[in-house]
Amino acid sequence: MSEKPKNTEKPKSAEKAEQQRLSVFKTYKLYVGGKFPRSESGRVYEVTDSKGEWLANAPLSSRKDARDAVVAARKAFGGWSGATAYNRGQVLYRVAEMLEGRRDQFVREVADSEGLSKSKAAGVVDAAIDRWVWYAGWTDKIAQVVGGGNPVAGPYFNLSTPEPTGVVTVLAPQESSFLGLVSVIAPVIATGNTVIVVASERSPLPALSLGEVLATSDVPGGVVNILSGKTAEIATPLAAHQDVNAIDLAGADDVLAKELEVAAADNLKRVVRPQAVDYFAAPGIERLTAFLETKTVWHPTGALGASGSSY
Amino acid sequence: MTTENTKTTANIEKRSSAFAYAPAPESRSVVDIAPSYGLFIDGEFVEAADGKVFKTVSPSTEEVLSEIAQAGEADVDRAVKAARRAFGKWSALPGSERAKYLFRIARVIQERSRELAVLETLDNGKPIKETRDADLPLVAAHFFYYAGWADKLDHAGFGANPQPLGVAGQVIPWNFPLLMLAWKIAPALATGNTVVLKPAETTPLSALFFADICRQAGLPKGVVNILPGYGDTGAALVEHPDVNKVAFTGSTAVGKAIARQVAGTSKKVTLELGGKGANIVFDDAPIDQAVEGIVSGIFFNQGQVCCAGSRLLVQESIQDELLDSLKRRLSTLRLGDPLDKNTDIGAINSAEQLSRITTLVEQGEAEGAERWSPACELPSSGYWFAPTLFTNVTQAHTIARDEIFGPVLSVLSFRTPDEAVAKANNSQYGLSAGIWTEKGSRILAVANKLRAGVIWSNTFNKFDPTSPFGGYKESGFGREGGRHGLEAYLDV
Repeated sequence: MSEKPKNTEKPKSAEKAEQQRLSVFKTYKLYVGGKFPRSESGRVYEVTDSKGEWLANAPLSSRKDARDAVVAARKAFGGWSGATAYNRGQVLYRVAEMLEGRRDQFVREVADSEGLSKSKAAGVVDAAIDRWVWYAGWTDKIAQVVGGGNPVAGPYFNLSTPEPTGVVTVLAPQESSFLGLVSVIAPVIATGNTVIVVASERSPLPALSLGEVLATSDVPGGVVNILSGKTAEIATPLAAHQDVNAIDLAGADDVLAKELEVAAADNLKRVVRPQAVDYFAAPGIERLTAFLETKTVWHPTGALGASGSSY
Repeated sequence: MTTENTKTTANIEKRSSAFAYAPAPESRSVVDIAPSYGLFIDGEFVEAADGKVFKTVSPSTEEVLSEIAQAGEADVDRAVKAARRAFGKWSALPGSERAKYLFRIARVIQERSRELAVLETLDNGKPIKETRDADLPLVAAHFFYYAGWADKLDHAGFGANPQPLGVAGQVIPWNFPLLMLAWKIAPALATGNTVVLKPAETTPLSALFFADICRQAGLPKGVVNILPGYGDTGAALVEHPDVNKVAFTGSTAVGKAIARQVAGTSKKVTLELGGKGANIVFDDAPIDQAVEGIVSGIFFNQGQVCCAGSRLLVQESIQDELLDSLKRRLSTLRLGDPLDKNTDIGAINSAEQLSRITTLVEQGEAEGAERWSPACELPSSGYWFAPTLFTNVTQAHTIARDEIFGPVLSVLSFRTPDEAVAKANNSQYGLSAGIWTEKGSRILAVANKLRAGVIWSNTFNKFDPTSPFGGYKESGFGREGGRHGLEAYLDV
């Protein structure tokens, strides 16, 4: 760099060369167990923007990918559910931080995927970032809101506390490929569950990029596993999987949802049926509580009442 | 060991004669059972549309108690229509008014509790000691508790002004007929729903007496409808297109069938299903209290309890001592006339259930587990099964995996807390568990790791209307009791 060009103005030819620079494409990969594998099947499918222009090839996951994701999610469950609620809150907030830094990338991807203007896409991404912040604040509060001590009529002390139900499969909403996605993943992991999410079939790219963010956000590998491909194809083995504890059918149409709910009955998975949701609206706590169990622990106290104590 | 055991048994026999009690039968004259009952629809007792009837018998004597109308599909439709008609007015009542109806019901139950206790014992076969001291007080308490919620729903934590769902179809089992009715009906009515309830075919009487309590309380017609019948009646109710909410307590197999039936509909569903509760005794546990807890855990209601502690996990170092104490205690249990106030173990609810228990116990023996029962004379009529425990049980044995729903305890051992947790969680079920230890940190750590909805530490089989109850895994979903119990009946 010692030889600086004498003329500080860029030569016309150099400008031209810059314009013609060939951009580097990204190979979009799955996010499973904290790693970025291609689909085991070796298949991809073409992802286009709203005008039908080619954007990228996304992995077309197989049922084997789905099973691998369940194994990864189960493996991660002990550590994640055992982490303190405070720690989980920190990690969720870290996701918001990382997303904020990559805001422009997601604005571009959301705009391309969903055919939105730059400013609309920016609104979507901002809302998604804020949603991580909202759920980051819930991790250490939900137990106080939905649990508590019960005033039993006897010399006992008992407490009801919420606990994560386990491994949760989420079919991400089809239309809202990023805000909808975040809105269905964050509440599941906020409470200590681990998740296998099937990205929007038509617009999987923001979801696959989210994997890259999660990998650098202190989220332990396996807590979130992201699959792309045909929703019906991946969801069917997941709904029937005996090591999945719950399923959110947000991204399934009515016919598929019914079929999956029937399959889910085999080990009595907790099912969240598809429903119309405005993902821009305040989410409330329904999606947090849907994946919680309530555990009530009893213990004797000394005898209470007029007869005196027995301790 | 064998000679010692024989000696112990001889000692026990000597001791138990010293414990002989004179019979103390409760009078059955306090209850007046009619020779026949109809279905309770829209505030009236009516015949079944197709005229079908079935008999309900007392399991302890096989005496026919009454002839009951059997609801068919047409009757289900009639009852759902009645409930739908009643729903508008009932749900529009101010919560404080609905509360007063429920308080009235609670009070009438308290007033008539002796009558209902005797009735329940006659129809179900469980000891009067349990119906009188456990079932009936809890039934009244549930109505009283949920009565107080009816005008406070805005403050229950489900947002402002939560709304009822509509018509609730409820199917309950035979092990706690009136208590399960209370668990289902009290929160449904408090939240403004109307109900169609199907009691079990072997225990329909207390639900029909409850219909009379509704009459005494002045409950509007159609708010509560009772349809005795078999499984097909329940299925028709669950499938009825105008039912908005399905609540079921019973077997896991039926629970799965219901989960499939409601798939793709907008029906909200809660399921309280089977269990195979682990009762874990650590070496520092107070042995005598633990033995009492084990006994109440598996022999309460002849073990016909979904949350029964049917798997005893005992730390190896105290296994012999604990088993000796347990056997000694079992030898003092009195089995016999359920109406006798001294009876600990009553009759098995039905011939069918008795044969299921018998089959599983024979399978336990065939698979190599060691069977033991105290010396125990069984009455000549009725359905009876002696308290039984199995040692030499492994996790692979059928009796350690399948719910027996009878007075049969499987004993397994463990060495470390981690092993206890692993064995306790090695089950498709996750309803209840027990922990016995003097060490507080161990209670909290183990309770934290157990995958079950109710954990009793240094106690077992305790219930209270304020306390959420329900299972993890294949023990079902949803909670009954407490503010959590309201959720199933609200649009949240």
